[in-house]
Amino acid sequence: MKVVLWGTRGSVAAPGAETARYGGNTACVEVRGADGTVLVLDAGTGIRRLGLTLARSQCRVDLLLTHLHMDHIQGLGFFSPLHDAGREVHIWGPASTTANLRARLMRYLSPPLFPVHLRDLACHLTLHEVPCGDVEIGEFRVSSALVCHPGPTVAYRLATRHGTVAYMPDHEPALGVAHFPSSADWTSGYAIAAGVDLLIHDAQYSRDEYRRSVGWGHSSIEHMLAFAELAQVKHLVPFHHDPAHDDAELDRLLAEATAIPHSFAVTPGTEGAVFEVG
Amino acid sequence: MPRPPQVAALVLDHKRPPRVTGERVSMSQKEIEVILIRQLATHLAMPMFITDAAGNLIFYNEPAETLLGCRFDETGEMSANQWATAWVPTDASNAPLAPDSLPLSIAFREQRPAHGRFWIRGMDNVRRHIEVVAFPLIGQGDRHVGAVAVSWEAPPT
Repeated sequence: MKVVLWGTRGSVAAPGAETARYGGNTACVEVRGADGTVLVLDAGTGIRRLGLTLARSQCRVDLLLTHLHMDHIQGLGFFSPLHDAGREVHIWGPASTTANLRARLMRYLSPPLFPVHLRDLACHLTLHEVPCGDVEIGEFRVSSALVCHPGPTVAYRLATRHGTVAYMPDHEPALGVAHFPSSADWTSGYAIAAGVDLLIHDAQYSRDEYRRSVGWGHSSIEHMLAFAELAQVKHLVPFHHDPAHDDAELDRLLAEATAIPHSFAVTPGTEGAVFEVG
Repeated sequence: MPRPPQVAALVLDHKRPPRVTGERVSMSQKEIEVILIRQLATHLAMPMFITDAAGNLIFYNEPAETLLGCRFDETGEMSANQWATAWVPTDASNAPLAPDSLPLSIAFREQRPAHGRFWIRGMDNVRRHIEVVAFPLIGQGDRHVGAVAVSWEAPPT
């Protein structure tokens, strides 16, 4: 499968010359199977450009939302397949304890935040609530599980015969853990990430920033590395970069953190990066 | 079209071959609600007990260790049948209590809150009068993921 990062930034878009290499668009990842199945992970501002590249022959698109914080849905209204009557779009995402997925999406896709109502989108739209057990989408087996982040938030594991990818852009597995990591079965997100070929994971904070941001739902770069080690992943992609971190700062933070020996490859998540898995 | 990957500025350890252990990675993991409540329990000064959906006692915190006279590391996880009798719960007249009548049993079995006062004998052989409040843990999508009991030493009557 082919994985393309269309948006790697967390919290809010951060365009500018100083962030051009890691990218300024918020979270969006394309995963394309060998059979042509297209999965889109999150609908941050990066999804707009992705939508423009999808061939008209791509009749079905599955959009998998981890949660409904703004940086993960802001691009939704600008995803061209939603406005195409010839497309079948499936949106997967979490309900809350008091509102279903449709009601939650309508809060954004309605005035005054957006001029077009969800019900007025031209595509043939189907909503699915997660987590809902394993589902088959084309050649992918998609697993989802709630993870530690404020509000209902899931992580996804995508598996084909050829490889596995885990996507957890917003994740604070170290919350409340005195000595992270603890045992695997008591670690948020472990079952989703265990042994995957490629893990795309929250890397929002430096160690000092995390101390000031405990409970905000994100990882320090050190926690991300420890989680990847625990899960025995093969390749790690730091993702969801803090908007205050420019390219030079991210180079420094990642080089510093990864200087400590670890047993997997690390490739910084940069906008436009392409990974072949399997 | 996607730009090619731009990772040249940072040469980390892409060249290092991934570790191949031949081991099958275990994917067993507790429910997130259970993980979060255990994290809370480790920060509380009140004795707290947590079961999974099957009623297995999967954690109790340090204040609970004081009450039970033993450390969780010593007992480990216990089945419902084990923990409901391990600390010999009795009423005021020293008559044994049925395991199903204990508040935590009711909370996980009937998925409703329960309260009770009774006596236990800790593994340090000290008999203690305790008061227990238990409630079920219902997660997203109405999933029954376990139950929690909070207890105190009961004030003298």
